[in-house]
Amino acid sequence: MRLTDTPEEAAFRAEVRAWLAANIPTELARGHPREDVEAARAWSRKLGEAGYAGLTWPEEFGGGGAPYSHQAIFLEEAARAGAPQHLGVIGLGMAGPTIIAHGSDEQKGRYLSRILSAEEIWCQGFSEPGAGSDLASVRTRADRRDGHFVVNGQKVWSSFAHIADWCLLITRSDSESQLHSGLTYLLVDMHAPGVEVRPLRQITGEAEFNEIFFTDVQVPVENVIGDVGQGWSVAMTTLLHERGTLGFALTGALENAVQKLIALARERGVRDPGLRERIAREWIELQALKLTNYRSLATLVQTGIPGPEGSGAKLWWSEANQRLTKLALELLGPEAQLAGESEWQHLQLRSRGNTIEAGTSEILRNIVAERVLGLPRSR
Amino acid sequence: MDFAFTPDQQELRDAARSFLAERYPAERVAELAESDAGWDPGSWRELAELGWLGVTISEERGGAGLGSVEQAILFEELGRALYPGPYFSTVALALPALGPEEQARVAAGEARWSAEVDGLVPDLALVERVVTDQGAAPAEGETLETTDSTRRLGRLAPGARDPLPGSVDRARAFTALAAEAVGIAGRVLEWAIEHARTREQFGRPIGVYQAISHPLADTYVEAELARSLAYWAAWSLDEDAAQAPVAAAAAKSFAAEAAVAACERSIQVHGGIGFTWEHPLHRYYKRAQWIESFGGFPAAQRAEVAAALLD
Ligand SMILES: Cc1cc2nc3c(=O)[nH]c(=O)nc-3n(C[C@H](O)[C@H](O)[C@H](O)COP(=O)(O)OP(=O)(O)OC[C@H]3O[C@@H](n4cnc5c(N)ncnc54)[C@H](O)[C@@H]3O)c2cc1C
Repeated sequence: MRLTDTPEEAAFRAEVRAWLAANIPTELARGHPREDVEAARAWSRKLGEAGYAGLTWPEEFGGGGAPYSHQAIFLEEAARAGAPQHLGVIGLGMAGPTIIAHGSDEQKGRYLSRILSAEEIWCQGFSEPGAGSDLASVRTRADRRDGHFVVNGQKVWSSFAHIADWCLLITRSDSESQLHSGLTYLLVDMHAPGVEVRPLRQITGEAEFNEIFFTDVQVPVENVIGDVGQGWSVAMTTLLHERGTLGFALTGALENAVQKLIALARERGVRDPGLRERIAREWIELQALKLTNYRSLATLVQTGIPGPEGSGAKLWWSEANQRLTKLALELLGPEAQLAGESEWQHLQLRSRGNTIEAGTSEILRNIVAERVLGLPRSR
Repeated sequence: MDFAFTPDQQELRDAARSFLAERYPAERVAELAESDAGWDPGSWRELAELGWLGVTISEERGGAGLGSVEQAILFEELGRALYPGPYFSTVALALPALGPEEQARVAAGEARWSAEVDGLVPDLALVERVVTDQGAAPAEGETLETTDSTRRLGRLAPGARDPLPGSVDRARAFTALAAEAVGIAGRVLEWAIEHARTREQFGRPIGVYQAISHPLADTYVEAELARSLAYWAAWSLDEDAAQAPVAAAAAKSFAAEAAVAACERSIQVHGGIGFTWEHPLHRYYKRAQWIESFGGFPAAQRAEVAAALLD
């Protein structure tokens, strides 16, 4: 057990810190790429060129081939520096790992390097109006015709679809099939004829996610990932990565928020013991989450599979972020209600999505109860 | 960064777990808890032979020469078994305050100590001497009736005190309690899972109901977070003295609350049987509450953390 960096890790950390200090763009709103897509794209390209995108991906696909600890260090430092996100969060976090795990050599060669360079942006087309938590009931159809599939249907809540070039799409290719069988996983060109994206305005007022309508969209068969009819197991790979077996990105964002909360409290000279105690609690739980990530990383390094200690990370993180942002509003007092006065209002509203996106908290509790604790299945 | 237990540490845990499971099954703990003495004095010799009384004492002085992480592993396992005996009092509260010769006597099993904290002395009747802010006192005074009968409290009689080289190290005490709390949370969660899988009502095992399974999922996550904090605190004791007090306060507050909540959820999941004297759960619950209260409730530790962050 050694809860500090090795000399090699410390050197990497110093290098990352110096690079971020010299390169973080001032023109970009800190933290989120939504406002200015072109600036965000430029920043993402820069991250790719410096080798900080896809740090742990195999070198043959343009990745860094680095150990997971480097990924963790990079995310911690990026959070500490308040660096904006890479625009390709879905490409880096979901599309890439899914293609690495299930894609053909041609697919790996075609897509991976363009994810790293932010040349192509990805979105995830899983949820439908009738299939949310119960993902296996998707109805978007993919009908085989000659050398391609014809896709018809509707997806919803798709983040980044309005700027995306590619979509990870789960479809039903066998109209007779039910639930987990007969699903096919497609990579769909968002610029193809018949793809229409309509933004959905969300609780924060902006439109981060979208509806996608597919009308007779032709998708070549070489865009199937995994086997036809075997889409469910490919989708599970995507979700495993989405929920972040490591969770360092989540704790990185939380660390940033806790630092801001502490800065706010110091600035306001908070004396109320109840408020002070709640601030301390947020800091303590952040440490607990970070340390638990390190513990599951150690299990991953030792055994090749992430340890069960990490399975609750997203669950706990989402609720911590909700509590923390509300606490910040309380520190601000009545002026918290003034729109545009501070970013906390936005962060607080956005946090309500945290317990819904990437698996609702109820679904995650089911997963922990059934797969980790071995309780009988509820369905 | 490497948050893995070494094979030696894992071996220590396995050995401790099987020793304690054999010597202190729940029935034996129940018997001791209800006895006048409250423990088995013969166990002290065994703990000395196992090297548990001087884990962090150097080998020249008869200790095992190990670190605080190994010490925390033992506390977790002792908490899990609810070992009744003055181990926490001697090793976590008093040992850091003693001089080298006395530490060697403790490691050899020749001396048992406790300490006075907030006017109360854990295991007063089971030890010979007591560390106080004014120096060492003979363990004379009154043992009070304590809700947790596996760790009774007493009050010292007034009298003369002998000088001591050190005092109670709160970071060490809190770290030990956090580790014990983690052991408790893990054990009561296992019982709850077992019950939720096997007890049937309305024709199905009760674990299919989310009102049962979701609180258990939360208990699992909290226990894992608590475990991370406890070992961080233990590691900090040896490797990062500046961080140790805050880490220990953080660990104690979180782990104590997690253990109390784990017991409460486990009692609820057990239904009527969980409310009985017969089921071992109540002793775990009482120990968890003992831990929560000792040295100040979690709010007091969070106030310490807040001072470090904000002032
Ligand atoms: C900000 C944001 C971004 C998103 N981005 C994407 C994206 O990019 N791509 C994409 O495909 N999707 C995305 N989603 C969609 C998200 O994955 C779904 O909203 C989520 O899976 C829930 O599905 P639903 O909305 O249909 O709700 P439902 O599944 O209908 O759930 C409604 C409520 O019922 C509960 N519930 C459902 N089943 C159970 C059960 N078995 N036990 C207990 N409770 C249950 C849920 O927990 C929830 O509280 C995003 C969502 C948000 C909020």
